[in-house]
Amino acid sequence: MDSSGLFSQIVQYVITGITVGSIYAIVALGFNIIYSATEIINFAQGEFVMLGGLVMVTLVNSAGIPMPLAFFITISAVTLVGLLMERAAIFPLRDTTVLRLVIITIALSILIKGLAMFIWGKDSFALPAFSGETPIPFLGATIVPQTLWIVGLTAVLVVLLSIFFNRTLLGKAMSACADNPEAASLVGINTQRMVMFSFMLSAALGAVAGMIITPVALMEYDRGALLALKGFGAAILGGLGHFYGAVAAGILLGLLESLGAGLISSAFKDAIALGVLLLVLFIKPSGLLGSAEVSKLRKF
Amino acid sequence: MGRNNIIGILGLSLFILLFPLTGRISAISHYVDIMVFVGLTAMITMGLSLLMGYAGQISLGHAAFYGLGAYASGILTVKYGLNPWLALFIGVFLSAVLAVVVGSPSLKLRGHYLAMATLAFGEIIYIIFNGWISLTKGPDGFGDIPYLSIFGFSFDSMLSNYYLIWFVAIIMLVFVLNIIHSRLGRALMSIHGSELAASAMGVNAARFKIQVFIISAVMASIAGSFYAHYVQYINPPVFDLFFSIKLLMMVIIGGMSNIWGALIGAALITFLPEWLIFMEDFDILAYGLILLLITMFLPKGLFGLPEVVYKLFAPRVKASLG
Repeated sequence: MDSSGLFSQIVQYVITGITVGSIYAIVALGFNIIYSATEIINFAQGEFVMLGGLVMVTLVNSAGIPMPLAFFITISAVTLVGLLMERAAIFPLRDTTVLRLVIITIALSILIKGLAMFIWGKDSFALPAFSGETPIPFLGATIVPQTLWIVGLTAVLVVLLSIFFNRTLLGKAMSACADNPEAASLVGINTQRMVMFSFMLSAALGAVAGMIITPVALMEYDRGALLALKGFGAAILGGLGHFYGAVAAGILLGLLESLGAGLISSAFKDAIALGVLLLVLFIKPSGLLGSAEVSKLRKF
Repeated sequence: MGRNNIIGILGLSLFILLFPLTGRISAISHYVDIMVFVGLTAMITMGLSLLMGYAGQISLGHAAFYGLGAYASGILTVKYGLNPWLALFIGVFLSAVLAVVVGSPSLKLRGHYLAMATLAFGEIIYIIFNGWISLTKGPDGFGDIPYLSIFGFSFDSMLSNYYLIWFVAIIMLVFVLNIIHSRLGRALMSIHGSELAASAMGVNAARFKIQVFIISAVMASIAGSFYAHYVQYINPPVFDLFFSIKLLMMVIIGGMSNIWGALIGAALITFLPEWLIFMEDFDILAYGLILLLITMFLPKGLFGLPEVVYKLFAPRVKASLG
């Protein structure tokens, strides 16, 4: 292989890495939002992604609904799932231990996965790309247009979320709850309401991730767990609860995985991100960007 | 250990001794075979119950320790011709070392990092079982594993394995019950009560949690070795994430801090597929629902059922009396 071939290959891996990394980043943000509000690690986070993908598939392929409309219907549907989850299973147990709530989310993830298998079966489903399939040549590699959608929408989400948390009353109220629930409720914030919003927001984010990744990676009922695990890896790597850390770590994880799979071994592709997760827990559990002290004080 | 526990152990031993008689009833003659798996699973859930009920930590990677024991036994005896008992100990050693590597960083932190760390660990081990084909034969599975034997007696029948595996399981039960009433058990209970208060009294919470995690991993590994020698064939799907979740369910169904509950949970969930055969692949729905309902309404597991029922009806009874 000549050097220019290798170069364009590496460019290709980097593009793939940023693409999947964006998805990990969104999933990591979802983890952070619920973690900040409740200290729960929501094991059903990946299920939101899976549902987003499969609901969109049904709306577009079976019901023939135009994509932009289907996009918003899917977000609403999955957000509703997040809302139901919180109202039915988390809210009634609000005064219990974190351990029990974590087990509840594990149970919910199995249940949602089972229901998805019941509804969609075990097949993988494809979704047409948002705007054509014609690859764009780039530095000897190629970019499929969907990649631009994925990276672009991730960037838009990050900007919208940071505006939401820093500029809007609701967002500030949520951040306040994340920092100090007692103090927040003293100034009149309904903390339990904020927990509900955190589940809805996380579900909506998951839905977006599922919809944008399905055209390039397909989707099936049991994809959730691995996506959640890698997203969690990103959340830990960025410092749990750390907003921009999650985004940077998600993309870093995607790059490591893509380059590792391409240059070392594709059989162990999934093990790379998981190995990074273990390594971070081992070396610097507060994450790359968070110092232990800061992560205790600032959650968003 | 307490009189109730001693009576319980004697009762269980008698039950195990006599259970193979059910083999004569043709409709449930295969129940003895299932009971072998109950015994293997109980070895894992007892350790997991210690971890969850007494150290307050979740593991989603115990299927991997089970698999490590099984693959260590399989590979070392078949490929390298090692003595099966030596292979079992190497599996135990390997599992203990990995438990330290995975457990110590996450258990030093507060919160539920162990759940995610073990989940990642379990997935990595699963990927290795599938992917390291030259060693594990990958998805094809690893066969021709010899039966166990001791002093020339070969455990080559279902019944002899049944008694061997339950003999080991009951020894483990005694061991675990003893731990609960030891210094380690008392320390764990104090941590469970209040980690802050316990550490103020000089209890090193992280160290005790790691010890329990190692014990539970070793128990799972031993179960895996016995599994490999009984079934004589191992393949990756047995040791996947879903099995780890089932183990979690077993412990929760029995009531987390009740070792006897771990035994009953192991029996119920191992027999469940037998009764859910009509649901085919959709049995996953039943698992999810059982786990959700038990966690929501029976936080102490089935053992908490009388209490919940009592609370439900007691006020009305009192009202009608008064």
